[in-house]
Amino acid sequence: MSAVADHLATRRAMGFRPSRGASLAAFWALLLRDLRVLRKTIVVFAIRTVMQPLLLVFVFTYVFPKIGQGVGGSSSSEAAFSTLLMAGVVGTSMIFQGVQAVALPLVQEFGYTREIEDRVMAPLPVWGVAVEKIAAGAVQALIAGLVVFPLAAVIPATPVHLHVHWLFLLTIAPIAAVLSAALGLTMGTRVKPQQVPLLFAIVVLPITFLGAVYYPWASLAPIRWLQIVVLVNPLVYMCEGFRLALTSGVVHMPIWAIYAGMIAFTVVLSWVGIDGFRRRVLS
Amino acid sequence: MQSSSQGLAPTAAAALERGLACNLDDVIMTVGLSKTFPGGIRAVESLNLTVAAGEIFGLLGPNGAGKTTTVGMLSTRVIPTAGEACVGGVDIVAEPALAKQAIGVVAQSNTLDRSLTVWENLYFHCRYFGADKAAARARADELLAQFHLADRARADVATLSGGMAQRLMVARGIAHRPHILFLDEPTAGLDPQSRLALWEILHGLHGEGLTVLLTTHYMEEADQLCDRVAIMDHGRILALDTPRGLKASVGADTIARVATTGDPAAFAAALAAGLGDGARTETGDGAVTVFLKGADGVVPRIVALADAGGFAITDLSVSEPTLETVFIALTGKELRE
Repeated sequence: MSAVADHLATRRAMGFRPSRGASLAAFWALLLRDLRVLRKTIVVFAIRTVMQPLLLVFVFTYVFPKIGQGVGGSSSSEAAFSTLLMAGVVGTSMIFQGVQAVALPLVQEFGYTREIEDRVMAPLPVWGVAVEKIAAGAVQALIAGLVVFPLAAVIPATPVHLHVHWLFLLTIAPIAAVLSAALGLTMGTRVKPQQVPLLFAIVVLPITFLGAVYYPWASLAPIRWLQIVVLVNPLVYMCEGFRLALTSGVVHMPIWAIYAGMIAFTVVLSWVGIDGFRRRVLS
Repeated sequence: MQSSSQGLAPTAAAALERGLACNLDDVIMTVGLSKTFPGGIRAVESLNLTVAAGEIFGLLGPNGAGKTTTVGMLSTRVIPTAGEACVGGVDIVAEPALAKQAIGVVAQSNTLDRSLTVWENLYFHCRYFGADKAAARARADELLAQFHLADRARADVATLSGGMAQRLMVARGIAHRPHILFLDEPTAGLDPQSRLALWEILHGLHGEGLTVLLTTHYMEEADQLCDRVAIMDHGRILALDTPRGLKASVGADTIARVATTGDPAAFAAALAAGLGDGARTETGDGAVTVFLKGADGVVPRIVALADAGGFAITDLSVSEPTLETVFIALTGKELRE
């Protein structure tokens, strides 16, 4: 191994930094770059983040009860609806922002000037650049969740009965954030850049409408086939997870199923997305 | 892709022990480097190259010759299908992430970060390569001044002219002080003034000892800028020498192109007989091209031979060989077709 040791010494003398340290520094710098861009576009980000949940919460939990078109009928179930919708709104906002934060910039970076070719010249492995995309997307998904939280708690006309289980919240929220960004990376790398916007219609909308946002998964029991089909929707586990973490007395999936579903989707989507990224960047 | 604490990937340790010689003096070294794309397109075939520190090395060839694929492989974005390559003494296949520390790239298209300002493009690039805040700031300021972009520091990169964007790309390419700078068709699409400005910049960087590998299909560029030039076509290197050496390989220092009335082949035969041993003729495009040694008295002799043979000259030009001549001699076609 002395030849190797000599070689390493020569490399250091030539100004090479050890790979791992250089990779971590590059990873961190890429993240700082993404946060700088986020800061510059914070107004757009805020509007994008707030608009959908604001309307959702306003119409379903303020307008409907006021005009007597309550979802569920009696006022006690209206209150329960506000409470269970809260988890759904947080989950929807996170997946929406996580996907957008990763997939939309990729349209530009993979576009015809291939900006991405510069980003991947940073001294870290290509998969590291992909992981950074997930990390940056996860941060934005978390921020989205945080922004939406007060909206869902304050606007409803009927009281929202929050009951925070911190252990669940502090584990579910980060996993949900990474899951959302990994879905964005998968979408952004597995279809042609110009088709990404189309994906919002054919993937994101069904995911949000059939994601156990407006009702607990268990209440789908009368439509058994739908209850089974929606298990392929990662948002189901996220919303059920937030119900577990934020409410008490609202029915939710078994804890093990929530975690297993979220972790499985996170792992698979991350792998598919990172592999897709490598395929797009390397030839 | 896991690296050990010493910064050497296990694959590279294995490569070293296999005896792959990444000579640390050669900034670029390739052995049998090849790339066949899916579908069987052989973009680069068995490339053997050595570029020494401080050289400006040119890959000259038409579009589709394999120049961009070569740069892609050497900058780790294209994975070779055969052969080996070292850049900055690092095996690019075994340790791409490490090799990237030694590499600066100016791509053919504008790959500037359009979400950032001019200054931020440089600042974050330095950060990617490990500079701390203060060092990155200082380097960004320094480069903006050096490349005459200081007054555009806060501008959106989308507002830059082609020449400015290109200067910024070069500034970014060298910001982390790489061992080698790759430039892929750096002046394609630039106006003549911006092209000259870029040449000046590259001369300056050469003076500072930077190694440069550039691809071009402009023979003047290869001739003016490069210490050595490899002429590429169909994925292979056809000739490799200094521009002077390449031009000397044509075996003539004077080239006369004569168009006449009458049969070009007959006129070519008359010229070959009349001009003596050193002269070689070719016909094409209705004209005869004569390769000679020694320019003295060529024009009167050709005119006399035309008169004697009853040919009327319609056009006559005399020039020295260029890299274009070399390319035509090697491939039978022109560079820009």
